[in-house]
Amino acid sequence: MKCKRCQGSAVIEVRRHNAAFCKACFPHVFTEQVRTAIRRFDMFEPTDSILVAVSGGKDSLALWDVLLGLGYEATGLYLGLGIGGYSDRSHDASAAFARSRGAELRVVDLADEYGYDIPTAGRKGSRSTCAVCGLSKRYAFNRAAADGGFDVIATGHNLDDEAATLLGNTLRWNTDYIARQSPALPARDGMVKKVKPLHRLSELETAAYAFLRGIDYVVEECPLVAGNTQLRYKNAMNTIEATSPGTKAQFLFGYLDRGMPLFAGHDDVALAPCGSCGQHTTGRYCAFCRARAQILGERLGAADRAGTDDREVARWLSDEVLPAEIYGRAEV
Amino acid sequence: MKVRLRNPDREVELHGGRPIREVLAELDVDPDTVLVIRGGELVTRHENVGQDDELEIRPVISGGTV
Repeated sequence: MKCKRCQGSAVIEVRRHNAAFCKACFPHVFTEQVRTAIRRFDMFEPTDSILVAVSGGKDSLALWDVLLGLGYEATGLYLGLGIGGYSDRSHDASAAFARSRGAELRVVDLADEYGYDIPTAGRKGSRSTCAVCGLSKRYAFNRAAADGGFDVIATGHNLDDEAATLLGNTLRWNTDYIARQSPALPARDGMVKKVKPLHRLSELETAAYAFLRGIDYVVEECPLVAGNTQLRYKNAMNTIEATSPGTKAQFLFGYLDRGMPLFAGHDDVALAPCGSCGQHTTGRYCAFCRARAQILGERLGAADRAGTDDREVARWLSDEVLPAEIYGRAEV
Repeated sequence: MKVRLRNPDREVELHGGRPIREVLAELDVDPDTVLVIRGGELVTRHENVGQDDELEIRPVISGGTV
């Protein structure tokens, strides 16, 4: 196969574009797709300070590499999840990348900062391991970005991630989640702006970019991911994509172009400060504080309740600890 | 021909002298879900592999939550 740009020998085929690229041209094509995403969704300005959520995997390190290459002020944040050797290797890959690029990597350890790690959360909480991990990441990244004075959080979500999430939300008609599935969520009520500059690029493309750029990312999969719902949606979409290249992109980009306006307002809810941490939420306490209290066996707002009767306390607790049936048990 | 597979890491011996897409088909691997690496270089599924080649087939799908 020949490179579409220079007619050299191709190393990566992008079937949905009916195109292939050589090792010199592909990083350029990849970077242009990121620039397009940043421009179309007004993700950030050259003067903005960006906190990049890095996991040590291909997507987040590829994103950080591109942003640094484009001259943005991009600081990495690694969240230690406490998943044994996997977390150690993920941290080491992130730190090695930061050193190689002369970039700053900040590290937050979930256990040190919030009192639990992900394996413990999977065993003790009522949410699945992946659900509580995602919740913890969103909360910790936002808190770190707000405390650090960053303008925007950038995550490495790619086209496959976003298409799988949209499929899952559509299958359940979670219209509030669908309404919020934008590559750029504006800052709101203490929530730092969040952007996904890789949403136009597939997992194959982010992996190829990372490889061609010599990024030593963690190839191994999280040991707790078995049975993950999003993986099943990805597999389903890949089955369709194998015979109809471009379906995933049409599904996601069609939604962003034509579907998203139809769902505008479906996520309009009144927010108030969480009674525990102050982050805005729809209930008395935010989902993170509820989950954390359950994992740690604590009672939220216990100090407020001195002198109240048992029935009132029971009502509060029923608000705090959601039953396992709602979120499903963690795989252990 | 040696083929290194990942997650979990393992190695299998297969016949070379054919296009990579045939190797992937034998392994029941979707070409859009893996990088194929030969001698430290990426190769497309249309390349031929020789009997003495060593391939790494590296999955690209990650299943972390959002």
